[in-house]
Amino acid sequence: MSQLLERAERMLESARGAEEIEVYVASGVDTEVQAYQGEVEELTTATSNGFGVRILNDSAGGARVGTAWAGSLDDEAIVNALREARDNATFATEDEFVAFARPDGVAAVSLTLTDEAVVSTPLDQKIAMAIELERLVRSGDTRIRQVDSANYSDYVAEAAIASTTGIRASYARTGAYVSVEAIANDGGDDQTGWGLSAGRAPHELDIEKAAADAIRRATRMLGAVKPKSFKCTAVFDPRTAATLFSIIGSALSGEAVVRGRSIFANRVGEMVATPSFTLLDDPTDARHFAASVYDAEGLACRRNVLIERGELKGFVYDTVSARRAGTVSTGSAVRGGIAGSPSAGCRALQLAPGEVDQAEILRRVGNGVFVESLIGVHSGVNPVSGDFSVGVTGLMIRDGQLAEPVREITVASTLQRMLLDVVHVGSDLEWLPGPAAGQSVAIDNIAISGT
Amino acid sequence: MIGSCTLACMKSTLVEHEVLQRTLGEAMARGGDFAEVFVEDRTTSSAMLDQRRVEQLSSGRERGAGIRVVVGDTTGFAHTADLTESGLVAAARAAAAVARAGGGGVREIALGPLLDNPSRATILPADVDKARKIELMNHADDAARSEGSSITQVQVALGDSTRHFVVANSDGLFAGDHQVRTRFNVSCIAKGDTGMQTGYRPIAGTRGFELLSADAVAEAARGAARQAITKLDARPAPSGDLPVVLAGGSGGILFHEACGHGLEADAILKQASVYAGKVGQLVASPLVTLVDDGTVEGEWGYLAIDDEGRPGARNVLIENGVLTDYMWDYLRSRKEGRVSSGNGRRQSYQHLPMVRMTNTYLLEGDSDADEIVAQTPYGVYVAQLGGGQVNTATGDFVFGMTAAFMIEDGKITAPLRDCNLIGNGPDVLQRVDAVASDFSMTPGTCGKNGQSVPVGTGQATMRLTGVTIGGAAV
Repeated sequence: MSQLLERAERMLESARGAEEIEVYVASGVDTEVQAYQGEVEELTTATSNGFGVRILNDSAGGARVGTAWAGSLDDEAIVNALREARDNATFATEDEFVAFARPDGVAAVSLTLTDEAVVSTPLDQKIAMAIELERLVRSGDTRIRQVDSANYSDYVAEAAIASTTGIRASYARTGAYVSVEAIANDGGDDQTGWGLSAGRAPHELDIEKAAADAIRRATRMLGAVKPKSFKCTAVFDPRTAATLFSIIGSALSGEAVVRGRSIFANRVGEMVATPSFTLLDDPTDARHFAASVYDAEGLACRRNVLIERGELKGFVYDTVSARRAGTVSTGSAVRGGIAGSPSAGCRALQLAPGEVDQAEILRRVGNGVFVESLIGVHSGVNPVSGDFSVGVTGLMIRDGQLAEPVREITVASTLQRMLLDVVHVGSDLEWLPGPAAGQSVAIDNIAISGT
Repeated sequence: MIGSCTLACMKSTLVEHEVLQRTLGEAMARGGDFAEVFVEDRTTSSAMLDQRRVEQLSSGRERGAGIRVVVGDTTGFAHTADLTESGLVAAARAAAAVARAGGGGVREIALGPLLDNPSRATILPADVDKARKIELMNHADDAARSEGSSITQVQVALGDSTRHFVVANSDGLFAGDHQVRTRFNVSCIAKGDTGMQTGYRPIAGTRGFELLSADAVAEAARGAARQAITKLDARPAPSGDLPVVLAGGSGGILFHEACGHGLEADAILKQASVYAGKVGQLVASPLVTLVDDGTVEGEWGYLAIDDEGRPGARNVLIENGVLTDYMWDYLRSRKEGRVSSGNGRRQSYQHLPMVRMTNTYLLEGDSDADEIVAQTPYGVYVAQLGGGQVNTATGDFVFGMTAAFMIEDGKITAPLRDCNLIGNGPDVLQRVDAVASDFSMTPGTCGKNGQSVPVGTGQATMRLTGVTIGGAAV
């Protein structure tokens, strides 16, 4: 049994009377290197640990939960947190739907989500990767005027969940990333491009690809203009499409549904998207960087089909949102670290791949806009109303080919329409860090705002 | 009581004077140019009222130290939650690992006496009865629902934090601060034939519970509810370049994005800002005088000292359209041989400080707010903005409008659905052609390189001759 799980179990011993306790313990080791002008600009090494505890009191009128957390595992912090959580519970509203997860008989899949090379790779080698990444970008094209930052980072994260309701779960994950932002100039305005590579360990990283990506994205934006406003088909590249899928995923959370905040509420069984659109949340697919064995309440993660050939099949639920909706948890609890309470959320979204690659999509679309980067997603998308308006940079599509670059424009529609307006889904599935994998998608009836 | 130990802790310096001196000596042992220990103790509490149910009452405590060592242009950083001398020394050695030259053994660092800054809060979070907090949240819920039966969902969130830190560095600086912040947000959803719409109002300040009166939370709640109800009749926003009038208080985020981030010295020194090399030049309309001011007591971005121990300051960034200076932290000002402007901030002890804004605002002008609208034949009136984002290297930025209306024949008419506005900083700054005198501030959370800090933004009603509205109505 993991040491963290032992610690979590020990904290359960402080349960008083009929109260239930749930403990989430997490620890992490992080390394970050930032290179600049051939030297290390910043080097961060850190270890952290902490816990969140929830205490539940049940009575005839319903259950009440109080929460507390601390960024350490010392005895004083634990005693104080238990006292605070107990006190907080007395102020909560009695709620018949509130409960902790209980083992549901679904077996956890076996996944390898760690690679000890994250720990065994010497720091000097990690530093060398960041410096090499910067060098490749600076030397890769004469139009690259500056590299704002070239970064290497990795982590080892472990967590355990134990509860008096029978939950015992522990898991670990490692990850390594490089990312770089290039600034290009050929005498006119500056343009930027961002490249990354992600893996579970340093040896999985493709530095050349990250560098080439940053250079290509920055240089092909040179000379970008702001076009007139018009309506067209937009092709989102895998990275920007992944952001779009994440937003749709947030509206497919059972939490959003039971809180009356989802555009998909009461629409199960309806065609909400085009038949080429099949979206699933599958943390059991180890290829996904966000893959996980257990959810944030300690239930086994599972494959959940959300939209199948355009038809809304259902939502992802944690224990409480499921009870409120009259169903059972889909093993989809997420939480924002030790300080967060569990809620329902998508963890590892992917779209069923289409038949055609990006070049073929561009050819079939003929004329439109190719979207390569997004800005202002948090300020321009309202997942409750569905209004969608996001700043983009990208390239015009003319006669089925990428043409001149465009900037300082927005793409707008509504999420509801966009799903029904998906005209092509790419075969170019790309695994990306974050809650969604990406692939090229073409969407009709997009309003482009320019001059 | 929440964080009942907080008051006792606030009287101590978190870590003994001598221990900090020895830790700094250890950090410099391998030949660093500069070392700093930042020790923080933060207590937070939060609660949510959702559909009249009190949920997610949570209390948290975070305590630890971040240690950095600067050698030439390289910074080593380590943090630890272990505040014993052995824990601090271990972190100091980890941070010092970047100093490869090796040095002449542990250096002697002499710290002056602690220059402490007491909290200005009148009612500390630890002294507030939780029942009183819940009463206020319920009061806000009632107020929101009183606006109409189309309000189907009300969510109220209340949070407070008590942040005590001390910072000591190898120059002998030894300073501390006690920051108490309180926030109260109301989110409403209205439902109608056209679907659902949202309304949102925040109240936030670097103040204690005195920030929140029953009247203030009710007003915020009614405002959030009215905003959602009004938008039920909203039509898609137009698409393209139109004159825009920004209501007082709503538009500070415009300057935060259009030029604030681009005036942060880290972007400047890397030539990653469109404003690099432009001090002394006319970069904006002469109506623009922009200030970043950490000294506005009680505001969300207020600080007595920044997270590097420098006193908060009022810094004029743009004066009558002319760029006067950038914002600086310790590291960047040291490179330029000048002093920090008090803009070195960090999210927590687990983060390195960098150049950040505090309260950024446009000084008011002498136009009349109603007149500005009356003199706009056709355009968009923005009553509230959401967030925004900028690419400092290109200057392209967006900001989202969450409450907006058409202006037709000088009158505010039909409500508009949410969308982003997009522009280029240096271009939009030239387009300010009227500034009124109804100044007010709005609290916000600013994210940069993965770190969030509280900031204020402010301005009076003002007009832009044109900016691109990113609506769906082409």
